[in-house]
Amino acid sequence: MDPKRRVTLKVLGATLGAGAFARALAPIWDWGKEQSLDEFLQKHYQELSKADLEQILRRLEAKTEKEYGKKVSIRDVRPQEGVEFGYALNLSVCIGCRRCAEACHIENNHDRSTNNSYIRVLEMKQGSLDLEHGNADYDHAVPAEGKFYLPVQCQQCDNAPCVDVCPVQATWKESDGIVVVDYNWCIGCRYCEAACPYHARRFNWKKPEIPADEVNPDQAYLSNRIRPQGVVEKCTFCLHRTREGKLPACLEACPTGARVFGNLLDPDSDIRWVLENKRVFILKEELGTRPRFFYFFDG
Amino acid sequence: MNRHTQSYPRFLWTALRLSTDGSARFYVWMFLLTAVALVGVNAWAHQVAQGMELTGMTDHVSWGLYIANFTFIVGLAAGAVMMVIPAYLYDDREMHDVVIVGELLAIASIIMCLLFVTVDMGRPDRFWHIMPGIGRFNWPISMLTWDVLVLNGYLLINLHVVGYLIYMRFLGRTPDKRWYLPFVFLSIVWAVSIHTVTAFLYSGLGGRPFWNSALLAPRFIVSAFIAGPAFVIVLLQLVSRLMRLPATPGAIRTLSRVLRITVLVNLFMLASELFTIFYGGGSHAASGTYLLFGLHGKNGLVGWIWAAIALNVLSAVLLHLPASRSSYRLLNLGCALAFVGVWIEKGMGLIVPGFIPSTLHEVVEYVPSLAEWKITAGIWAFGLMVLTVGLKLALPVLKGELSASKTGSHADAGSAAE
Repeated sequence: MDPKRRVTLKVLGATLGAGAFARALAPIWDWGKEQSLDEFLQKHYQELSKADLEQILRRLEAKTEKEYGKKVSIRDVRPQEGVEFGYALNLSVCIGCRRCAEACHIENNHDRSTNNSYIRVLEMKQGSLDLEHGNADYDHAVPAEGKFYLPVQCQQCDNAPCVDVCPVQATWKESDGIVVVDYNWCIGCRYCEAACPYHARRFNWKKPEIPADEVNPDQAYLSNRIRPQGVVEKCTFCLHRTREGKLPACLEACPTGARVFGNLLDPDSDIRWVLENKRVFILKEELGTRPRFFYFFDG
Repeated sequence: MNRHTQSYPRFLWTALRLSTDGSARFYVWMFLLTAVALVGVNAWAHQVAQGMELTGMTDHVSWGLYIANFTFIVGLAAGAVMMVIPAYLYDDREMHDVVIVGELLAIASIIMCLLFVTVDMGRPDRFWHIMPGIGRFNWPISMLTWDVLVLNGYLLINLHVVGYLIYMRFLGRTPDKRWYLPFVFLSIVWAVSIHTVTAFLYSGLGGRPFWNSALLAPRFIVSAFIAGPAFVIVLLQLVSRLMRLPATPGAIRTLSRVLRITVLVNLFMLASELFTIFYGGGSHAASGTYLLFGLHGKNGLVGWIWAAIALNVLSAVLLHLPASRSSYRLLNLGCALAFVGVWIEKGMGLIVPGFIPSTLHEVVEYVPSLAEWKITAGIWAFGLMVLTVGLKLALPVLKGELSASKTGSHADAGSAAE
């Protein structure tokens, strides 16, 4: 072939190829228009100055209002000095009603279409703690004969595998023991989901859907603000409530009083009373994760 | 130095011209690959925009086809170094001539690996968060950061060796051993490291008993030394036929010898793993039971894994038939079966059952979606494009057809390298 003609054909081919490539990528350009440069350049939570953070919170509030049609307040709630949270659950009284899971769903602005919650309640066979005999999809009146119920949520491990494996430090343990995620830093690799032995983490497989009138407007940056698509989230012991002296939503919703929450460093707290007077146990102790979530039976 | 600032751009320009010249068959091949790659690009664009709900993955099975392919192809990249070991450690002369084929396969494979990781990310727009020095690199505790380092390092080492050899030939100079030999030896050690680190990604997770085995890294290395040589044996024949180069029976014989051992060791390791899982039984056996026999009426992987076992056993038998030493057809069939067998065993057969049952012992199955298959095919197509172009560049160069003194009258080098 004539070399000149060959070059012309090549240029033509390359142009067509580049055009087809740009066309194939079109859905990304549309998606990109919704992302701001500020968001793209945003630094890690722990590197933000007070002024930076202030600006980000306002930006997120505006974004939420625009996308979900609801005015919300997003705060940055820090851990208190001298506090380390612990949670205990009395398996003798839990009836498996899943009100806790439902309260979590509402409090934490979970996606409505998937009915997501940070709590899974396993219906267990009496006489066995083997999770293999558990069933999370039971659909009948509770409590059922011969069963007991084991609600599982983030165990806020002291030695958390999810924190170790995260390649970008998007998740870490705060001074009050709560393991948090910076939803604006997570890259969505889901290594933490693979590492967690308690199925505590959830991924946003799509953008959460919540009707405006159902959005909980009391939000915090590290907990229940509406999460972006493509990032991992988890239970934060409702830090936007508990760090200000309130109780977790799942505890308030529990009709049986099975749940006990408090400051492990306060000798007069209920949680300390449980730890000192009940024979408590933790899930999968052999893995060395050292949970801050305890279970016990009466008697 | 000044000389290089002039000759290097000229070298790149020649490379660009050469890599886009070829016969009609070459253009058809590249056109097809481009088409498949573009289908993948488009599916990925939709996945980024709409979210990963377009995949078959869930919170229960949170890694699937992408990570399965990633794991397999890291092995392919590591296995490609099986060309380098005989060539340089045992000074196998004939291997010297074709060792660059292995290095090019390593380059193409690593690029595919990086793409598979990228398409698995929920937020690829935040890629800079994982860049050392710019983002927050959780090194040394996160094994994923080790993987970023060793994979990119392996890519750079191989790019350097291949690029240096080609450029020297372009200049018509004898390559200076000090500039490539240390890197060749480094690449051998590094090849083992990439697959060891990838195994540690999984085997370090105490909450996933199926992966939490000390045998995982050795198994990965052995199966890498199946996939790599099996691919290269077929590739060498294709290269010498399509590019009209002399056949390389010695190199193929050496690689077949390697393959005959690794297929057996791989089966032995699989058997050891299964023995340990099933002899004791209990809940540790749940994933293995699901994989091989199904669990609670769910058996999505049973067909896959028995196909893999059948392919691996059959390829071991074929490769040990005396006839496979004289018949390339039989040898190639053995290689193809072994390649696919390892792809299933290490991909769908290893990644997915790690998640089934889940850590709360729920049995939720996973089936890859159409989008996942499109993206996967697209990445494979792109990898083959990289390999094709790389071979086109490297082979005429190593035959001495490309050099600074000859670049003017060069119309035939391209067509010889179809």
